Amino acid sequence: MLSVREGTTLMSTEKLTRREMLKALGALAGFGALSRFLAPYVYAGASPQPPIKIGLQAHRTGIGAVYGKWYERTARAAVKVINAQGGIAGRPVELIVEDDGTDPKRGIEVVEKFALEHRVDFIFGTLFSHVVLSSAPRAGELKIPYLVVSEGYHVASGKLNRWTFQPGITDVRAQVTAIAPWIVRNLGKRIAMIFPDYAFGYDHRDFFSAAARKLGAEIVALVPIPPTETSFTKYFPRIPRNVDVIYHVMVGPAVLTFVREMGEFFGQRRPKLFGFIDSLEGVDLASPGLEYLEGSYLWEALPRYAGQYNTPWEKQYREAVGVDANGASKTDPKDVSTYSHMFGVWETLFVIKEVVEKSGYRGPKDYRAFVETLEKIEWFEEGLAHPQGPKRFVGKIHQAFGQQFISQVVGRKLKVVHRTKIEDGMYKPEADYTKQPL
Amino acid sequence: MTFVSQLVLALLEGTVSGFILALMSLGLSLVFGVMRIVNVAHGEFFMLGAVLAWWITTATGSFLAAVIVAPLAVMGMAIAIERVVLRPIRYSPGATIVATLGLLYLLQQMTLMLYGPEARAVTPPLGGTIELPWFGYARYKLVLAAVAAVLLLATWGLVRATTLGLRMRATQQDPEIAQAFGVPIHRVYRAAFALGAGLAAMAGVLVVPVQQAHYLMGLDGLLLSFMVVILGGLGSIGGTVIASFLVGWIDGIASIFFTPTVARIAASLVVALVLVVRGGGLFGES
Amino acid sequence: MPTPWRSILTLHLGILAALGLLQFVLPPFHLAMITRVLLFTTYAVGYNLLLGYGGLMSLGHAMFFAAGLYGAGLPVYYLGAGPGLAFLSGLMASLLLAALVGALSLRTTGVAFSIVTMMFGQVCYLVTISLNRITLGDQGLVLAGRLAPVRVGNWILPLNAPSVRYNLALLLLATVLLVTLWLVRSPFGRVLVALREHEERTRLLGYDPFPYRWLAMLVSGGISGAAGAAYALLFSYVGSAFAAVLYSILPLLWVLLGGAGTTLGPLIGVAFMTYAVEFASRVTSAYLVVVGLTLVLVAIGLPRGIAGGLRGRWWWLP
Repeated sequence: MLSVREGTTLMSTEKLTRREMLKALGALAGFGALSRFLAPYVYAGASPQPPIKIGLQAHRTGIGAVYGKWYERTARAAVKVINAQGGIAGRPVELIVEDDGTDPKRGIEVVEKFALEHRVDFIFGTLFSHVVLSSAPRAGELKIPYLVVSEGYHVASGKLNRWTFQPGITDVRAQVTAIAPWIVRNLGKRIAMIFPDYAFGYDHRDFFSAAARKLGAEIVALVPIPPTETSFTKYFPRIPRNVDVIYHVMVGPAVLTFVREMGEFFGQRRPKLFGFIDSLEGVDLASPGLEYLEGSYLWEALPRYAGQYNTPWEKQYREAVGVDANGASKTDPKDVSTYSHMFGVWETLFVIKEVVEKSGYRGPKDYRAFVETLEKIEWFEEGLAHPQGPKRFVGKIHQAFGQQFISQVVGRKLKVVHRTKIEDGMYKPEADYTKQPL
Repeated sequence: MTFVSQLVLALLEGTVSGFILALMSLGLSLVFGVMRIVNVAHGEFFMLGAVLAWWITTATGSFLAAVIVAPLAVMGMAIAIERVVLRPIRYSPGATIVATLGLLYLLQQMTLMLYGPEARAVTPPLGGTIELPWFGYARYKLVLAAVAAVLLLATWGLVRATTLGLRMRATQQDPEIAQAFGVPIHRVYRAAFALGAGLAAMAGVLVVPVQQAHYLMGLDGLLLSFMVVILGGLGSIGGTVIASFLVGWIDGIASIFFTPTVARIAASLVVALVLVVRGGGLFGES
Repeated sequence: MPTPWRSILTLHLGILAALGLLQFVLPPFHLAMITRVLLFTTYAVGYNLLLGYGGLMSLGHAMFFAAGLYGAGLPVYYLGAGPGLAFLSGLMASLLLAALVGALSLRTTGVAFSIVTMMFGQVCYLVTISLNRITLGDQGLVLAGRLAPVRVGNWILPLNAPSVRYNLALLLLATVLLVTLWLVRSPFGRVLVALREHEERTRLLGYDPFPYRWLAMLVSGGISGAAGAAYALLFSYVGSAFAAVLYSILPLLWVLLGGAGTTLGPLIGVAFMTYAVEFASRVTSAYLVVVGLTLVLVAIGLPRGIAGGLRGRWWWLP
């Protein structure tokens, strides 16, 4: 028996009498009923509505791990901002993250987990093409909207399905089409291309060659390199001596070796270089071995160094995600971000918000409205929701188009030298998802 | 570039990669030969050597420190693994594969968590290039080759001329009889495993200024090492070394004529066919 | 003591029946997971025939799985083939490959055999990448929307319906399992095991190992290819990733984990690994650490695999 001094609580160790129990239960029930009734008034600040669940298919491990890390950080930052603004249609956003190991088989499993177990409203965030290609059809079968942040041409090509969208980032075809004129005009007409021997590389090979040839340029060498290659010196001899510019896009951890070996091989006689920041995402430009890039040019989607694209929204975005003036994490200056890709995650989440609110989406029954509303959108205005710049959205091919940047490596940093217009990259749609049944 | 210059480049590159491959494969050959087990995690010792080398160089500013400390650290890890994992399963081949596969996942993931998914570089301790008439070649790569050559010779000396080496060879020939002659098998196994890991780690350390340290870098080397060990013949150090260079040169030269993918196909087919024709590899006992 | 085949058969049929009934209680997510488990078990059963019974450790089996995968997927993608025809095409492709590879690789044994098969496996992987204008290499081909449903009599079974998938995968596994059981029990199977256990003695008795092993490789490759073909048709994706070394190591892992030389070992191995990864990833994002640790512990605690350990107790398990 408890002594009186220990006080009596509602749950004392003495046997509760039946009456006391009934009283307690009654009070609880009454309170519960009352609170549900009062909730909209009492919890004016907090949202009593069920959350909107959004699944992030992240490359937490595997070759895409650097991107996956930053995609997750950006997603969480965006969710924080959205929830601070009141959520989506007044409902809080709940972000659920699953790792697909940058593996196509696991990607399919993750999509299923999101749709069948977590029962999310939307899935987004996949980057690597081979994972997108295996996962998107599954999402289409499960009839759940699947918004990728991939840069690949596959969405716009019509090969996927009506449930798959890419509204937050531009695709490779548009990118290379937009920058080809600047390259040919400023760097030269005899171009050698070095690219990875797989999907992403082929997009570069095919679309850039086509665009460059139309402008009177000549592709003097095509050098495909296996993605797992670690040593590149042996490839450089394929490049003829009379080349004006080497166009290089490399992915994977071997990039630093690639640049250094290029420097060692060509030495003083080097041709002009045009590369893609894809090669250097997550890599500090001041890394040993990258001295060779000084003076060369890189494509960027969103300039890594602060002040190069000076808008108040870019500043806010950079601040919110925790990136410093050099494009690295504020808490660890050695942790360089994937700045030209991760904005896609941010913008995609805001697209979801916009479309949910415009379409009146409340649950999976309203997927049709969601899809049709998104397909009808033609512009995403620049702002905090779209810090990379305005986007033209082409509903037929579910793809967004935006501006591109060309920067020069100066003093181991990047300075923007050219900004394309959205029209520079547009091409005729080769498919029409809107005609497909849902 | 002229054909001759391309050939020179291919041979140079092939030699350098041959040396790295030789170090790694020698390690595998020792483990394979003496202990008769397949260590699927052998490539991870290579990776750990590279990652530790980056860490030590960045922390102390001295690459030399990395060269000394990193392989020793990895050898320590190997000794612990031998004691805790391999001995309890009594080196049974099937169980070793499962266990070392588990180790592979463990080591990779721990490295991912502690080191991160990025690839990080180290400035070569010796910079600059040697300017040849057709192209420049990094001086460090030549140093790398020299150091590797010294290590290979040292290993050969150890195996041929020391008691430990004698014991290892005896164990490799016939463990039961060796034991009957008083060879402390378990200590030999431990030494072989540690030495194998140390050689792989050393290869990793030497390669870091040329490539980068990345948590997945062990896998590619693993495949090639297996190829080399069998091609060269189980139990033959000389065979392993020669096979390493053969593989390096074939890869390099084939790349002149074919796309890299086709070159790899060709190299793999050559190895397969050599084995089909000569089951014991080029120099080994069948 | 004679092997109680009746009990063995009953056990197998019982497990298959249980799997059949399982579909009615499984929530949709796990229904899809188990469908995959069934397909990969089929692959593992094929692999086990060569490893567990034949005593030959192939490190390139992904080539057979991929042969089935591409053999079924390419005709669907480019020629609009129906599922039945595509499946047969995949099966044929893997059988042909197995015949060829077997003829070459079986001239070696032991470790050399492992490396030769690994090399051939690599070659096949590289070919899928090299012929990227057809196969789209790493990126792969998406079959969704091009597959006609399966027609059985008056029934029309669309291949993307979860229950159709599950039952087709189960049907394939059941067939393969029973075929393997029959093979293992047959004179052919017994010679194969004898060759594994005492090659010299068996030779002295007049048996030439080559045709037995070649046939084993044929069946093994064919089963693996069937699993690959089924995967392409049921999951609509064909890509180089499945021809890579990882998919050669996985069946080895599954079989060793579950217990080589047992017919149920593969099922146990696949199910265990799949769910180990699944549960681990719910608990932590570093799930590979958990998986790695589990493998090490299982290897130490159960050196003959899980089923092998069980067999220690119930010796008569197949």
